[in-house]
Amino acid sequence: MAVNNSRRRLVSNLMTGATLVAALLAVIPLFAILVHLIYKGASSIDLQFFIKNPAAPGALGGGVANAIMGSAIIVGATAGIALPIGVGAGVYLNEYGKGRFGWMVGFVADVMNGTPSIIVGVFVWTLLVRPMGHFSALAGSVALSILVIPMVTRTTEDMLALVPNSLREAALALGYSRARTSLTIVVRTAWPGITTGILVAIARVTGETAPLLFTALGNLNFKTDIMQPMQTLSLQVYVYATGPFPEWHRLAWGAALVLVMLVFVFGLVARFATKTKYHAR
Amino acid sequence: MTDPTPDAPRTTSRSVGGDLVFRATVTAAAAIVPLLMAALFIQLALGAWPTIKEFGLRFLYTSTWDPVAEIYGAAPMILGTLVSSIVALLIAIPLSLGVAIFLTEFAPQRLRGPIATMVELLAAIPSVVYGLWGIFVLIPVLRTLVVPVLSAVLGWTPFFSGNFQGNSMLAAGIILSIMILPYISSVAREVIRAVPDSQREAALALGATRWEAVWSAVLPYCSGGILGAIVLGLGRALGETMAVTMVIGNRHDIGVSLLEPGYSMAAAIANEFAEAASTLHLSALAEIGLVLFVITVLVNSFARLLVWRVTRKFGAT
Repeated sequence: MAVNNSRRRLVSNLMTGATLVAALLAVIPLFAILVHLIYKGASSIDLQFFIKNPAAPGALGGGVANAIMGSAIIVGATAGIALPIGVGAGVYLNEYGKGRFGWMVGFVADVMNGTPSIIVGVFVWTLLVRPMGHFSALAGSVALSILVIPMVTRTTEDMLALVPNSLREAALALGYSRARTSLTIVVRTAWPGITTGILVAIARVTGETAPLLFTALGNLNFKTDIMQPMQTLSLQVYVYATGPFPEWHRLAWGAALVLVMLVFVFGLVARFATKTKYHAR
Repeated sequence: MTDPTPDAPRTTSRSVGGDLVFRATVTAAAAIVPLLMAALFIQLALGAWPTIKEFGLRFLYTSTWDPVAEIYGAAPMILGTLVSSIVALLIAIPLSLGVAIFLTEFAPQRLRGPIATMVELLAAIPSVVYGLWGIFVLIPVLRTLVVPVLSAVLGWTPFFSGNFQGNSMLAAGIILSIMILPYISSVAREVIRAVPDSQREAALALGATRWEAVWSAVLPYCSGGILGAIVLGLGRALGETMAVTMVIGNRHDIGVSLLEPGYSMAAAIANEFAEAASTLHLSALAEIGLVLFVITVLVNSFARLLVWRVTRKFGAT
């Protein structure tokens, strides 16, 4: 009996240790990636890197000014298209969507969240690029919007669900209309949480590459016309990383470092925005 | 808007009208979500129609891909997607479940937050950065450290035979495993946390060790949800594009060895779509997209239902 017990305790300790090892193994790639990004990327980053456009293939130097501008324009346009729709759909789901239609919308949003982004690129190509006859930053923004809408829909709904019903009842009892209650009481109370969800979604699509390959396409020049092909940081990393020149590989690490820092900054801001009194579940 | 009660104050009728406008607006926004999904499916199906008509089911199981002769068979890509995803799951399942169990059951309270955050940061790194890291860090490490060992130990099996060529199924599978790990572990954590504490307490009270409590009282209770977490990870792996495109090798053949290059459905679209010149080539790529779309929708729906059933069973969100 005693022997049996010590064996059971040994198994228990071994398995506990195994889960600890799994946790350590899981965080190794994160550090490996971050260390390489900083080690190889930081040396490429100087002032030139931010204010110059890519050099001719094979030439030394060059920067990512066009890509940074392009990312800002494309992601900005994405926010303009997707946020009203996503937040609106989330408000619908929480305020009215308790029936079968609401369930269906929520379920479809979940499934769309898992849809490969490259497929969205193909869809927008057939929808916009082919009829218009050319690639454009706008098509890229539409593709990214299709990724953002379901994400924002779901987080908005989740955040609104955290608002205590007593607040809603109090507003209605004071004679507020449903619309005014929803907008000025419920949405406003949940706004910090919704902002977090928005920032997380924006951070995710800032790093997206696949849906932009045949919508925004990429551009080696500095462009601000949303109807023309445009570069983004993510596309720039892809082009530089898969190109044949060592100089490009060096710039790829620099661009990747800038991209990851941008994404992480969005994430950090999101984390601080969440600190609201209704966050605790 | 006619006012049914003329005596009521004006604000009421205005606010009733405002309510209707508000409700109509948010309903329209909500309707866009399923409409987009339907439009996606219809556009892909229309785009794929020429190859569906031309090749029928042969498209799915033949392996000739010749844009010059206009003959298309997607078997190498379909198989490559499945194989790289299975390799990814084999690596990611034990690790991510280990992380989930450690964080919910064993880790000291102080460590839980930081480790969870670090694992979730893996999901924030863009796919193209994984690809970059894969090309310049992972593949050299595999070449010098991992593959010699694999070849020595498992070289007699067809899966690890032949020469390592850098870009390979193995590299793609490993990158994918890192990318899906945070998804599986976060959903698994959610479902494990949804198991009521009374389960653990009952097992411990009966004299179970902590591991026995987890193994016999917690995991069986949420096994459906854990399966759901794994299937969600599979859905991610199937559709992952950039990182795979950059390390899988893009070879239009079916090979057994994981050390050799392969191809995946998403990688084929990413590489060829912008350059496809003929209608049939575009259509073939659209059909690959359609097949990938249908597979991921089925996989994700199944996973969602599984997770939803478990978290609902215990009344947690």
